[in-house]
Amino acid sequence: MTDDTIRRVLDAHGKLRAPAAGLNDADDLYAAGMTSHASVNVMLALEDAFDVEFPDELLSKHTFCTIATIRDALGTLTGVAA
Amino acid sequence: MLRTSRRTAPPRHAPRIRIGCDIHPVDELAQSVEFFGERYLARVFTPLEREQTAGPAQLDRLAGRFAAKEAVVKVLQLPTTAVIPWQSIEVRTGRNGVPYAVLSGRAAELAEAQGIDRIDISLSHDAGLAMAVAAAIPRETDDTTDTDTDSDGDDE
Repeated sequence: MTDDTIRRVLDAHGKLRAPAAGLNDADDLYAAGMTSHASVNVMLALEDAFDVEFPDELLSKHTFCTIATIRDALGTLTGVAA
Repeated sequence: MLRTSRRTAPPRHAPRIRIGCDIHPVDELAQSVEFFGERYLARVFTPLEREQTAGPAQLDRLAGRFAAKEAVVKVLQLPTTAVIPWQSIEVRTGRNGVPYAVLSGRAAELAEAQGIDRIDISLSHDAGLAMAVAAAIPRETDDTTDTDTDSDGDDE
């Protein structure tokens, strides 16, 4: 469910060159077309989707680098193991 | 007698200028403002940036500031794990109209560690795009010294 939502957010806001369904968890999203600015939109859309807020300490390029790192960050914020 | 030579090498440890650039489509920023509104603006831009860009061309000017923030990140040559909130890089317009960057928090700490005290910015806009160049000359530190020049500067 979490991964499906992350992929849906990436499709809507990530500016990826291809649908997120075709990406593996560890694929580099920046290499797949996501820009730094698109990562801002992805972050805000994830906040809406999961009812969380990304604190400053998670605002690194690494946090939004892969589906797996996004899932890990959301796990930290929601208290649910990734 | 003063002698000059084309072969005169720069000082061995002269800091190298750091340059970063970025380009950003204005319509992408407009779409973010339209979709996320105040949340987007408040997360990315400081109150001063919003105040100094106020007016009919604000979206163009904010796009320039976003490009400038990205250009500053390139000047700092940070690893992907570096935590840099967008608001920690503030692009100000000086009294002479020339923009420059002011860093705070972790961004300021990382710049200080690299001997960077000042980052100048140049902005331009055309054809729906905003571009920025950031430049800094680090003072000499262990991290900024030129290490690949041989002892006498001879390039033979």
